[in-house]
Amino acid sequence: MVTNYFTQAAGSDNSTAPASKPVADKCVVKNLNFFYGELQALKSISMTVYEKQVTALIGPSGCGKSTFLRCFNRMHDLYSGNRYDGEIILHPDNENILSRAVDPIEVRMRIGMVFQKPNPFPKSIFENVAYGLRIRGINKRAILEEKVETALRNAALWGEAKDRLNDLAFNLSGGQQQRLCIARALATDPELLLFDEPTSALDPAATASIEELITDLKNKVTILIVTHNMQQAARVSDFTAYMYVGELIEFGVTDTIFIKPKHKQTEDYITGRFG
Amino acid sequence: MDHDKNLTEIRMMIARHRRWDRLFLITGIVTLMIAMLIFFALIMGMVIDGMPRLTLDFFTSFPSRRPGAAGILSAWVGTTLVMLVTAVAAVPLGVSAGVYLEEYAPKNLLTEIIEINVTNLAGVPSIIYGLLALGLFVYQLGLGQSILAAGLTLALLILPVVIVATREAIRSIPVSIREGAYAVGATKWQTVSDHILPYSSAGILTGIIIGLARAIGETAPIITIGALTFIAFLPTSPIQSEFPFLSFEWLMAPFTVMPIQMFNWVSRPEEAFQLNAAAAGLVLVVMTLAMNGLAIYLRYNLRKKIKW
Repeated sequence: MVTNYFTQAAGSDNSTAPASKPVADKCVVKNLNFFYGELQALKSISMTVYEKQVTALIGPSGCGKSTFLRCFNRMHDLYSGNRYDGEIILHPDNENILSRAVDPIEVRMRIGMVFQKPNPFPKSIFENVAYGLRIRGINKRAILEEKVETALRNAALWGEAKDRLNDLAFNLSGGQQQRLCIARALATDPELLLFDEPTSALDPAATASIEELITDLKNKVTILIVTHNMQQAARVSDFTAYMYVGELIEFGVTDTIFIKPKHKQTEDYITGRFG
Repeated sequence: MDHDKNLTEIRMMIARHRRWDRLFLITGIVTLMIAMLIFFALIMGMVIDGMPRLTLDFFTSFPSRRPGAAGILSAWVGTTLVMLVTAVAAVPLGVSAGVYLEEYAPKNLLTEIIEINVTNLAGVPSIIYGLLALGLFVYQLGLGQSILAAGLTLALLILPVVIVATREAIRSIPVSIREGAYAVGATKWQTVSDHILPYSSAGILTGIIIGLARAIGETAPIITIGALTFIAFLPTSPIQSEFPFLSFEWLMAPFTVMPIQMFNWVSRPEEAFQLNAAAAGLVLVVMTLAMNGLAIYLRYNLRKKIKW
């Protein structure tokens, strides 16, 4: 049933897709169920994440949007008792990243993540960004320096950080720390970047700068973002998925979802009548 | 009018509740003072008795039948070497066990049994460790009444302390830091060696030093494995002037340690030996306090860099 919405959103000619160019599939989620032990947290979710687009996951607390996001980089594998059922096909390889045959480390090397609260390591700014490169065996100073600079530039932090690369990351402000975490994720050129409520711990000014950054980044990387803030979803995303208690209620082009939602429930949530 | 009455009632109620604050405060201060006073009196007693004996000769002389000529050379050398063995044995074992239990062990019944056991081991009387060591190290493994046997015995004794401290330190690292490392593609070992261990090093070091400070004063298990009370020679020096420059003969040497030397002197009838005991006790207390001081210093300095 959900399938209809995303086909409409992506395929129909009269859709209000913000990108006029055709959009390719990056991740296709097929019938995804997820269990924390006995508890089923996600119920047969099917949707597509389009390449070089921003897809927002919205819904009230506890609806499973973060759980869903953390399936994309197999974060749930870190804790015992969690179980996936279904597929997330990553393109262009056409590989099911939830398959037991696929090493979660490999998935995380290809798919980056930015967390709710800025979580820089208690190391220097430089080492924070370089860490992903180092664990890929890159240790040549020149290459590290170049990649760190590119990542910091892409995260709009170079100007503020270039003179203090050896400072501890904790000396940065909250918004700067979050951009540092984005730089850390960008340094290794991820194919997909996951954002888990990246601005919920930030003040409005820092939030605005992160949102601007996300808009800039979508030319380089596919983005999937969880947000509890509907205005944010409307501002930054091209596609929006509305979830409720583990189910995907509606998925489509952001403008459509916000202006003409198909479901009464989506409309109620978006207009603030509940949630 | 009514309003004023209400306010007075509220103020009276607050005053009543405040009384408990004050009562607890006074009780706390009094109890603390009693403890501090006893500690202070003990130290002062030792200082008054022992201070005149604390000359350089006291540190460079072997024990003797003449109290005035007796010193603690063999005792402090023995203590230092035993502590070295203890640290070398207990630190890698304890830290790895802690890391395993926190980061690697599956959460199942076996792990839980191990955890409960480790915690309980910290409370086992030290003489029990001595008995175990007597059977295992001294006889079964044939280590004899050596520095090695004593060091391993004390290592067993402080192992639970090191394990528990390691686990506590690791647990204080927020999940978000761990997930941050995993999210860029780190393996478990990379996460442990690049993040978990460096960030928990302050807590782990504190645990190690507190453990060693406990071990340094242990007497019962060392007596049980048969340390000598009168040693008038030093073990072979670990550093040699000839190739290969290192010698491990000292590991198998008989030895004595500070608390045993003290015990020996205390049990003598002559008054003069009591003064020696006080002086040795003072040295031991200073050693322990210095170790605790070092632990506090290290913790403060290593934690300055880390803010969660």
